[in-house]
Order: sequence, then structure tokens, then C-alpha cells
Amino acid sequence: MDPFINGLYGIPILGLVFQLVGYIIMVVPPIAPLIMRAGAPLALGALCGVMCERSGVVNIAIEGTMLASAFTGWAVGVALGPYLGQTSSLPFGITPTLLIALAAALLMALLISGVHAWLSIAVKADQIISGTIINIAAFGLTGYLNTIISPFSPTSGGSFAAFVPPKAITDTPVVGWIVAMFLNQGPIAMSVIVLAVVLQILLFRSRWGLRTRAVGEHPRAVETAGVDVIRLRYRNVMAGGILAGLAGAFLSMEATNQFQAGMSGGRGFIALAAMILGRWTPIGAFGAAILFSTFAALGQVIGFNPPTGSLGDLVTQLPRQTWDALPYLVTIIILAGVVGRSIPPAADGQPYEREQTTA
Amino acid sequence: MTGKSRSLRDAVTRIARQAWLVGALPVVSIVAALVVGAVVILASELLLPDHAFDPTLPIASYLALLDGSFGHEAAIVNTLVSTTPLLLGGLAVAVGFKAGLFNIGAGGQFVMGALGAVAVGVAVSDAPPPIAIPIALAGGMLAGAAWGFIPGFLKAISGAHEVVTTIMLNYVAGFVLTWAVTGPLGVPQSPSPVTYAVGNAAYPILIGRNGHLGILVAAAAVVVMWWLLYRTTLGFEIRTVGANADAARYAGMRPRLLIILAMTMAGLLAGTAGAGVILGINHQMNSTFTTTVGFDSIAVALVARSNPLGVPFAALLFGAMRAGSGLMQIRAGIPVELIDVIQATILLFLVAGPAVQRLFRLTAARGGLVSPGSVEPPAPVEAPG
Repeated sequence: MDPFINGLYGIPILGLVFQLVGYIIMVVPPIAPLIMRAGAPLALGALCGVMCERSGVVNIAIEGTMLASAFTGWAVGVALGPYLGQTSSLPFGITPTLLIALAAALLMALLISGVHAWLSIAVKADQIISGTIINIAAFGLTGYLNTIISPFSPTSGGSFAAFVPPKAITDTPVVGWIVAMFLNQGPIAMSVIVLAVVLQILLFRSRWGLRTRAVGEHPRAVETAGVDVIRLRYRNVMAGGILAGLAGAFLSMEATNQFQAGMSGGRGFIALAAMILGRWTPIGAFGAAILFSTFAALGQVIGFNPPTGSLGDLVTQLPRQTWDALPYLVTIIILAGVVGRSIPPAADGQPYEREQTTA
Repeated sequence: MTGKSRSLRDAVTRIARQAWLVGALPVVSIVAALVVGAVVILASELLLPDHAFDPTLPIASYLALLDGSFGHEAAIVNTLVSTTPLLLGGLAVAVGFKAGLFNIGAGGQFVMGALGAVAVGVAVSDAPPPIAIPIALAGGMLAGAAWGFIPGFLKAISGAHEVVTTIMLNYVAGFVLTWAVTGPLGVPQSPSPVTYAVGNAAYPILIGRNGHLGILVAAAAVVVMWWLLYRTTLGFEIRTVGANADAARYAGMRPRLLIILAMTMAGLLAGTAGAGVILGINHQMNSTFTTTVGFDSIAVALVARSNPLGVPFAALLFGAMRAGSGLMQIRAGIPVELIDVIQATILLFLVAGPAVQRLFRLTAARGGLVSPGSVEPPAPVEAPG
């Protein structure tokens, strides 16, 4: 090894930091596409959270929406597969079955977020309670139907295939792995970064974005300016729901090709954490989601490929579970310490009461 | 004499009206949820291939559910045993709600309580029961309380949202459990990871085959929590912080300290629930120890509207459904997840019920069906700009 690097690694304490950086540089690039794949549903969920909370509606139903969409996509795929076929010559392995299943999954998400919007906006229920109801219902219904269907249905509902970028590009030194990270993906994971960037621009540079942010901060003022607060909130919550549905479809139609009870596995909640870490901005939420999945991947890599040297001695002394818990601990630490007091939109979670008129 | 009997009759009418006001919505919600559950059962029948449609299946299912939860003595004891952790978990979520906190972490606090109880219980397993039981229980309570303290403390010092931190800590608790059972607490050379048994620290069985002491512990917790929340200064301050933190601060209370206290208390209660499952049922812990108590507890607290005296009823309702769901699956072939559907529907009707009523009344008023006096007078109209 380079004597300069050896020297750096030899410095007490600070050397450990250099070793850690060196270790990350060594292990992360080869698994970058996996990190992106693990982060995609988190990022989509977090974007859903941004859409809702920026307009003043707290959405903890992301988890349930994901789960219901994952189930719907899989179930429709399984039901239609025998009739429409599952072989494809199109890019991403697209088949008519998959497209219809995806549409069904997104429709389900639209429906569920419509219920959440109705409960939160029209009924003016406590939004956290509304979300909890949806989560329990989604868990129960999908589990119930899955138990009934799975004994006689095929396990696979088909899935989107990943695009494989030319080896010449992904083997490029220094930047090749970044290309692979974003392009060696299926259609849903590939679109996440695009969605994040587009949402960021829309939220901060468009009329819709200005209105959304204003409704989340001071709905009364916006209503005075002639914007329909209620309608805007409905639209945002339902559009956001589609993003959560996309995350669900990703789980059962791209990351895997089957459904398992409770397969969202808390990703909807982790997405909320990512949204807060990202300070309610689309790009920030995306970054936080990728940060989380990076630490999750690191935790797994450390398990079977621990670093060498004094860092390795330190790492192998700690129990394995420390590394499994790493992303969760990092989220807590960042939330409590590094980010500082994160400030949600002022009207977040408050139902909007229209001023009484004689209309 | 007549005055007295009239006042008595007044009192009875008042109580009846109160009971109607408090009880009607939950009862209607439960019935409506059962109807929805029946529709789900009927609809799912259509999905099954080679299945003759049986319109009475919902009734058969509910009868099996009822039989499995209250049908005979063993069933009733089972119901009580499944109610116990829900009751304590419901209290844990309720005390958070009272302080304006949403404790999604009851699951993690439950796991840590169970772990604390098994760790301490194994250590004192040879001591006489009157000593071993309280010590093991205290171990579980403290472990749960510590797990509740963390999100409370983080919220107080940095404003880290408890919804996120408690969820993260749920996962971390799971990893702590695997580590403890496969590592320091595990039986060496055991084919599957498992701890030693708690021996003398196990709760004695009081009724039936498995009705353990934990049932009484939970009952005591209800009384203590009611007293604490409604009859002490601390309880008043917690409720004030939950209702309006700013007002509490102006009144000289310390919201941050109260937040920490409330979360710690919540953790302690959930920890007691976890300890109860270990000391009363499992007696040892394996690495697949999981729980649905966290989310069920939220449903319990919501149905009880966070009132400690309502929690036992809500917990009994859900405990009975959990206890009976097994028989329902065996006898009628209905997956146990139907219980979650019914739970969610009950909550949905509870939440949406009053609002739907209000909406209807409002539309009726607009249509001139209700006398104008019953709606608010219109606010003065401002000239549109």
C-alpha cells in the first residue's frame, strides 16, 4: 500500500477516521446500485411525505399505502398473467400485464390517499389517527387476502427488469459506479432521482409550489388571496399518495416479483424520518433516504467483509447486531443532534376551517 | 321523600343519558365494523376456486370467534391473558396522548421490558418467589422505562420528533433482543438461540390453566394511572402540557420535564406488559420473540379515547378478538388478519361517525329540513376585495 496512506492510517484516533473513509471508498462503489435499489422506496415514500406535509397534511399512512399498492400490483399481475402472458421483448421486461398491474397499484394508492385526505381535510379527524387506521386496515386486508389467495395462485406476478448499462461506461474509473448506481436499475428506481429533482424545482419555482408552501404555512392568508385551500390539499395528498403507491409497486413488481404479508416492513415510517432529515425538501429527502440505505448496506458489508487494520480490530469487537442497527441509530443521532431542531411547516397537521360566509 | 326519589330518578336518567352518549358511538361502531367484516368474508368467498358460496359463513365465523373468546372457562381465561398486554400497552399509548405525544414505540418498550424481565428473572430464578417475582418485574419495568426515556429526552433537548425516534428504537430493540439471546443471555450450545428459564420468578397461575398474576398487575395499573392522571398535580400538569404546552409554560410548569416523565411512564407501562408475557407465559425468551402489541395498543388507546378507565374495555374487546381468532381460523377457515380489518373499521367509524353526523345535519340545515335556530348564525360577510 501507498506509504502516504499508511502514514495517514497510523495517526492515533484521526487515523481511524481516515481508515473509515478509505473503507467506505473501497466497499461502497461496487454496491452502489444495490444502495439505490434499497433507497428507492424510502425516497418515494419521503417524497410523498413532502407533498402532503408541505401543504399541511401529516401522512403517516405512507406505510399502509405502500403495502396496499404492493399487494394490488402483485394480485393483478397474478390474475392477468395467465391471460396476457408474461414474456416480453420490450426494454425493462415490460408486458401489458405489468403495465395494467402498475396502473392498478397506483389507482389503489390514489384511493387510499383519497380516504386519508377525506378523513383529514373534510372530516377534520386527527391526521395521525387517520393514518393509523389506514395502516392497520392495509396490514389486515392485504394479510387476509394474501392468506386466502396464495395457496392456489402462482407466487410470481411478474416484475420489471433492470436496465444494464454498457460495461464500457460502468467500468470507467472514478465516475463509472455513479452511472451504474442510477442507470443499472428498473424503471421505478431509475425514475426516483428524476422525480426528486422535478419536485424540487416545482416546489420552489412554480406557482403550484408557492401555493403549496404557503398553504402549509398560513392557509388563511392563501385563501384570502383566492386559492382554494381544501382543493389544493386534496390534490397534494392524492398526488403524493401515487408516489407512495409507486414505492409499493417497486417492492412487489421490481425489487421482487411476489408479495409477502407486511412486506413494506416499516419503510413508510423510515421514509417519514428521511423527510424530516431532509427538512421537507424533495432533494433533501432523497439524500436522506440514500444515506439511510447506504448505512444499511454498510452494516451488512461489515458483517462479512470487515475492514482491516486497527479499525477492523475495533469493529470486530462489537456485536454484529450493532451494524444491523446502524441505519436506525444514525437516523436518531442525526435527527437529535446534527440536524438540530427541524421545523415543520407551520400549519402541518391542522385541519383547515374555512371562514363562515352566508354562501 | 318525593324530592329524594325524583332526584334519584334524575340521577338515573342522567347516568343513562351519559352512558348513551359515551357508549352509543363505540357500540354502533363495533356493530358496523362486524358488518363490514362480514362483507369482507363474503367477498373473499368469491375469490376461492371450487368453493360453494355459503352466505352464512360470516355468522359461523363470528360464532366461532365468540366461542373461542367467551365460550367456556378456558376461553375466558385465554381472553383475559391476551387482554393483559393490550391493556398495559393501551395505557402506555394513552399516557403519551395525554401529554400530547404519539408513542409508536410501545412495541420496542414491550420487547425491552421482556428482555429486562428475562435477564433479571434468570439471575434470581433460585430465590424464593416473593422476592424473585418483584425483582424480575422491576427489571422489566426499568428496561421499558429506559427505552421510553430516550425518545422523551431527545424530544425535550433537541425537539427530535417522537414518532420517528420511537419507530427507530422499535427496530433497535429488535436487534438488542437478537444480540442478547444469541450472546450474553443465551444458553451455550443450544440448538436454537434461547435464554434460560426464569424459574421462581415466574408469575403464579391464579385461575384456569394459564391465568397468571399479570392480569392483576394490569388491573392495578389501571387504577394507578387513573389516580395519577386525574387526582395528582403531576397528572394535571401532564394533561395541561398535552392540551396546550405554551399555556402550561406560562403557568409555570416545565413542559420538557413533563414530556420526559410521560414518555418514561409510557415505557414503564409497556415494559410491564413485556415482563408479564415473559414471567406469565413464555418463562424464557427465544430470538424470534415478536409482538403486535405496539400497534394494537394504539388502537386500544384510540378506542378508549385515552381514558385510563376506558382502556380495559377496549383492551378486552381486542383481547377477546385475538383470543378467539384462532378458533375462527380453524373452524371457519377465516384468516386471523380479519381481526385487524375489524379493528381498523371500528376506529374508522369512531373517528368518522360524529363528523358524518355533523355533515348530514349541516346539509339538512341548508336544505331547510332543520329549524334555522339549530345552526350557527351566519358570520358577517366581508366585501370581497
